[in-house]
Amino acid sequence: MNAVKTGAFYLAVVVIVVVAVFPFYYAIVTSLKTGTALFEVNYWPREFNFQNYVSVMQQGAFPRNILNSILVATLTVGFALFLGVTASYALARVRFRGRTLLLLTILGVSMFPQIAVLAGLFELIRFLGIFNTPWALVLSYTIFTLPFTVWVLTTFMRDLPVEIEEAAIVDGATPWQIIFKVFMPLMWPALVTTGLLAFIGAWNEFLFALTFTSSNTTRTVPVAIALLSGATQYETPWGIIMAASVIVTVPLIILVLIFQRKIVAGLTAGGVKG
Amino acid sequence: MATTAADRSEPPAARPRRSELQAERVRAARLFLLPMLVALALVAAWPLLRTVYFSFTNTSLSNLAGGEWIGFDNYLTWRTLSSGKTIWRGTLVDPAWWNAVWNTFRFAIISVSIETVLGLLVALVLNAEFRGRAIVRAAILIPWAIPTIVSAKLWAWLFNDQFGMVNDMLMSLGLIDHKIAWTANVDTAMYAVLIVDIWKTTPFMALLCLAGLQMIPRDMYEAAKIDGIHPVKVFFRVTLPLVKPALMVAVIFRLLDALRIFDLIYVLTPNSSATKTMSVISRENLIDFDKFAYGSAQSTLLFLIIAISVILYIWLGRVDLGGQKQ
Repeated sequence: MNAVKTGAFYLAVVVIVVVAVFPFYYAIVTSLKTGTALFEVNYWPREFNFQNYVSVMQQGAFPRNILNSILVATLTVGFALFLGVTASYALARVRFRGRTLLLLTILGVSMFPQIAVLAGLFELIRFLGIFNTPWALVLSYTIFTLPFTVWVLTTFMRDLPVEIEEAAIVDGATPWQIIFKVFMPLMWPALVTTGLLAFIGAWNEFLFALTFTSSNTTRTVPVAIALLSGATQYETPWGIIMAASVIVTVPLIILVLIFQRKIVAGLTAGGVKG
Repeated sequence: MATTAADRSEPPAARPRRSELQAERVRAARLFLLPMLVALALVAAWPLLRTVYFSFTNTSLSNLAGGEWIGFDNYLTWRTLSSGKTIWRGTLVDPAWWNAVWNTFRFAIISVSIETVLGLLVALVLNAEFRGRAIVRAAILIPWAIPTIVSAKLWAWLFNDQFGMVNDMLMSLGLIDHKIAWTANVDTAMYAVLIVDIWKTTPFMALLCLAGLQMIPRDMYEAAKIDGIHPVKVFFRVTLPLVKPALMVAVIFRLLDALRIFDLIYVLTPNSSATKTMSVISRENLIDFDKFAYGSAQSTLLFLIIAISVILYIWLGRVDLGGQKQ
């Protein structure tokens, strides 16, 4: 009986792992195939042909798209962390009227359907003259990165000991110095978590990127991959699409696996979207 | 919080100076909050108000400033013909819109229900102690880490009618006798979308459930074991009630995400009326069909529908979002 139970349990474990990993594994196998080999279903890699990787990096604007994504995601993270740290200091450490209401409003913004602000943002971005530039994306990504950054950092900062801050006040530190000289060194774990989640959010975003950029050279990778097309309308270049997918996903998977624990802690603290 | 503790430790003589300090702190707090508030007003409040405004005008994409106020015409308008017949127009009588609303809710309810059950099951497995647990934990993070667009393309390839792995596997197992165009066929497109979404977001659910499970003290299980209570009964009487608050919060975040889904459907099943959701149809009207004002009306309705659903859910489910009640 016990052996049956153990067997069933490990079977469940194997099923979970295979289902989770197989689709991406299959993408890697596909990306290493060219020509007619693409049209045979193989569960094991038969050839290791890197032609698709060479093609995707040479043809079109894909390297440029990667740079765009890195630029947009980095700026988004910097922006969100700077605004998030100062705001969450105020929300976590200072008592003032309307604090709870403000926190609930921020939570409310994190629940905004992005399509509901699309028309208004489109007008704003046109008005500011940043349509089809990375700035349009950095600005619009604030709507989903800022609320959860503030929320997670506020939770974290609330738990820092009062004594440290009191000592700093006695020493005559200004609030600005308290944040950047006293709290910042203690906040690295929370900053890494929120920064990473904001980076992933910005790296993966599609709706705004699709709407606010319009040329090959300004697109980010998700849009570039969605719009990759073959020589003719009816021919989808699956090998190249899979190669591009592997290129943009592997760094992300490595980051996520390295920072597993921090990410899981951040997700459970903020209930952030997946 | 910091000040109350400080107040207590200070002798009464220092009162005036203390409140001065408090006043200065509040001033600094206001200053620190200002950039965030400006940013949120700029990217959330103002665009939302503009979207609502556009929905009452006849603004077009090419002439954003030239819209005129036309009242509720984008929502509902009618004209009586000379024959006495009344013609209704507007989003509220647009079958395509109601089809999208139906698709959205069907998708959201089915996907979130299945994800919750599967997520809880995976979390129960991960909560057990066994060799290689760390590897399983890492493995289930992979679908979560893959960008949505990449997973949509990945599964589009797996579901490919001619050369896809799914058809090949089902054929060789003898489960189907002809190749199915999973993403193009109106009968199966929704299944395809559901499968990909469940695959991608169950890990998120599982991790949130796992966090809830790990809060349950182990000695509760030991007590149940000593009393000889059946594990299934323990699950329904001990585990489920204790993990429920965490589960309700996880469900609301997933539900919000599912109700606004755009990217997966846009890429996996383009232009399929069987899967087109509110977000997809709104963007189509806003940008692709140059019916900017009409799309704005649909965006406004989408916002209202989601807001009402969430309020109902929080109210009916008594969800404790801030974790303040105990």
